[in-house]
Amino acid sequence: MMMKRYIFLLVFFCVLWLPYSIAAQENIKVFSGAKIITATGDNFNDGVLIISNGVIESVGDRSQINIPSGAEVIDVTGKAIMPGLVDPHSHIGGGDGGDRSATLHPDVRILDSIDPRSDTIRRALSGGVTTANVMPGSGLLMSGQTVYIKLRPANTIEEMLVYVDEENEIYGGLKMANGTNPIGQSPAPGTRARSTAMVRNLFIRAQEYQQQMIDADGDAEQMPSRNLQMETLVEVLEGKRLVHNHTHRHDDILTAIRLADEFGYRMVLHHVTEAWKVADEIARSGYPASIIVLDSPGGKLEAEFLYYKTGRVLEEAGVDFGYHTDDSVTDSRLFLRSGAFGIREGMSREKAIESLTIANARMMDLEDRIGSLKNGKDADFIILSGDPFSVYTKVLQTWIDGSKVWDRDNPEDRKYATGGYNVIQRTSFSIHDYLNRRGN
Amino acid sequence: MRLIKIFLMIYCSLSMLYDDAKAQIAVYGETVYTMAGDPIENGVVLVNDGLIEQIGTADNIRIPDGYQEYRAPVVTPGLIDSRSVVGLAGILNQEHDQDQLEMSDAFQPELRAIDAFNAREDLVKFILRKGITTVHTGHGPGALVSGQTMIVKTAGNTLEESLIDSTTAISVTLGAGIQGGYSTPGTRAKSVAMFRQHLIDGRVYAENRRSEDPPSRNLQKEVIADLLDGKINALIHVQRAQDIMTAIRLQREFGFHMILEGAAEAYLVMDEIKEAGIPVIIHPTMVRTWGETQNASFETAAMLKEAGIPVIFQSGYEGYVPKTRVALFEAAIAVANGLEPMDALRSLTIDAAYQFGIDDRVGSLEIGKDADLVLYTGDPFEYSTRAQAVIVDGNVVFELDSN
Repeated sequence: MMMKRYIFLLVFFCVLWLPYSIAAQENIKVFSGAKIITATGDNFNDGVLIISNGVIESVGDRSQINIPSGAEVIDVTGKAIMPGLVDPHSHIGGGDGGDRSATLHPDVRILDSIDPRSDTIRRALSGGVTTANVMPGSGLLMSGQTVYIKLRPANTIEEMLVYVDEENEIYGGLKMANGTNPIGQSPAPGTRARSTAMVRNLFIRAQEYQQQMIDADGDAEQMPSRNLQMETLVEVLEGKRLVHNHTHRHDDILTAIRLADEFGYRMVLHHVTEAWKVADEIARSGYPASIIVLDSPGGKLEAEFLYYKTGRVLEEAGVDFGYHTDDSVTDSRLFLRSGAFGIREGMSREKAIESLTIANARMMDLEDRIGSLKNGKDADFIILSGDPFSVYTKVLQTWIDGSKVWDRDNPEDRKYATGGYNVIQRTSFSIHDYLNRRGN
Repeated sequence: MRLIKIFLMIYCSLSMLYDDAKAQIAVYGETVYTMAGDPIENGVVLVNDGLIEQIGTADNIRIPDGYQEYRAPVVTPGLIDSRSVVGLAGILNQEHDQDQLEMSDAFQPELRAIDAFNAREDLVKFILRKGITTVHTGHGPGALVSGQTMIVKTAGNTLEESLIDSTTAISVTLGAGIQGGYSTPGTRAKSVAMFRQHLIDGRVYAENRRSEDPPSRNLQKEVIADLLDGKINALIHVQRAQDIMTAIRLQREFGFHMILEGAAEAYLVMDEIKEAGIPVIIHPTMVRTWGETQNASFETAAMLKEAGIPVIFQSGYEGYVPKTRVALFEAAIAVANGLEPMDALRSLTIDAAYQFGIDDRVGSLEIGKDADLVLYTGDPFEYSTRAQAVIVDGNVVFELDSN
């Protein structure tokens, strides 16, 4: 009798503990009470976000979501939660790119130069950036291969990489530029037409190389000898690697489109200062556009007609577009401000959210993993003190893969949000300032 | 003779037309920040002949017939950008439109801002549309003494129409902010030695020019003598704490009027700045944090204010993009980082006017002052807010498209 009773109690407690132990094992966390902005079109004013093992388990209105008993519940009433910001054009991490010995460097990888411990990465976290396309610098027709990284604490760059295609080792795109940016003294091109001819020549070589690969049909003897430049460009021609093309003036935007159409590669237009002049042409081309917001026009010839209204005009034209920081040209801590400046000139709030998150994930072929709060996607999100587009709102916490990686309440983290004495220890080389001294 | 009469008649009727253009205006604001007392809810400002004629609550003010009416959620005095180079620096950033820094010599206090100001420059009109009606602009940082600064309204089409004060300060840079292109100075200590010698020579010149046998005119020494005689200010661009202390040391030695500019590390030496009684034109809040401004903080303006140090805002100097900043936007980020909104608004208006000695004309909405007003769609510091109209000297110089 007594024995039976003990067994009953044992079973009872086991049953009682079961959900808790599962919840604890799977590291389930429940964020409850915030306004949740999913970037898929749904907003939940009294929302619940459940994450486990680094992935989003469920998201929705509190009345519709079952909270697993025993899970850790974090009360975020009065706050806002949105996807971690995705910055499709950044120079954080102090990396470099191709040098001045040539102007075409598809073989150069920024991977080989980034400092994963750079303070600039921590600072971007304080602005809510969770994933960034870190690009080699400007001033070259092709400055090298970019990397898509998550800004999680890491000792090696490898730990930060986000793979688009593991099998083919694709974790980035190829940075290109046109307009006045790559123009200079030889070996740089001296004119726009020369720039385009140089790029076309190289892609024609790459097409030939690609044909040799196809003709070899798997026979190692018949394969062309390895050529790092050609291998990268073949990835571009095969559509595995995206081109990220710096371009400002309206005619340069159209030139970039003409080149991509000719060789059939996939491309994102970057900066697009005068996109408002050719919005319909961009929309028809189908290439997405990534806008930089600067407080004033000017500073170089290409930026004379840079206006806050570009977002609104591209939205009206139906272009798939987003914003980027080009950090350190604009500050990652103020990335939300770029979207707010679009709203200021009439862009929709819904688009403003997308333009900092899911639209940018699409520009990195990562929309299945990041950029929105959806079941099964990576648990990358930020907790905000209020409206994402108010100057008074603070990023309170940044989470990547289900781990809190930045917390404003922690003074060691907070200093990155404000700046101060010796916060940024390593003042990284800024390629843009270097270019400015060269008169570009 | 007859021709002259006709000409005079035409001139008179034209100038009457111009006066008519300075129409009588009534501005209603749901909140009117006069910066002279508490904000007025449901306030009205009457503008006549370029000046503020009347101000008060809508209940107490009768709008005379013929006054053109404007309405806005928020109205403030025209904003003052306390340090810029717009008008000398142009939008294109090409050699032909960059007159803010002469590279032939690192010490040229005789260079006048009035001789290089392009009143129609796009950057000047750009900041006007953001609500900046008065700007302290001129030669930029980058030389030991790069030249003079001045104060202008942003609305004029010529220097003469725009000018408030022709010689406000000489622009001094200490520390590593001096450009590398000069043969000398090449170090911090050398720049101070050079400046001290010029000040000592200037003091002799100042004394001699008061004597019965004044020396022959020397444009350089005249300016330094004016500085030492208290007629103009030294605008000293420094970022590092040790350079701030150097500036204070120089000021103690020579006793000139001084304004600190930049001051990225001011939070390290606040007691010293306060004791010296020196106002700070704080670096743009969003300044890039590398080199001299590596240790800049979003919170410096709030910290200085808290410490009782006068702090006002600047758009500063930019060598690349964006070619100018907007003092209002820089203040907004300071507000988001602890500065009280009313303190920020004061810094952008009456406090700046007071520091430059132009508070008899601008900086607040009071009867008899210049009719410089900004009408906003909402909270001036909020990202989504736009200036919907800007009035300078009683003229509506900017109106937002109605779309």
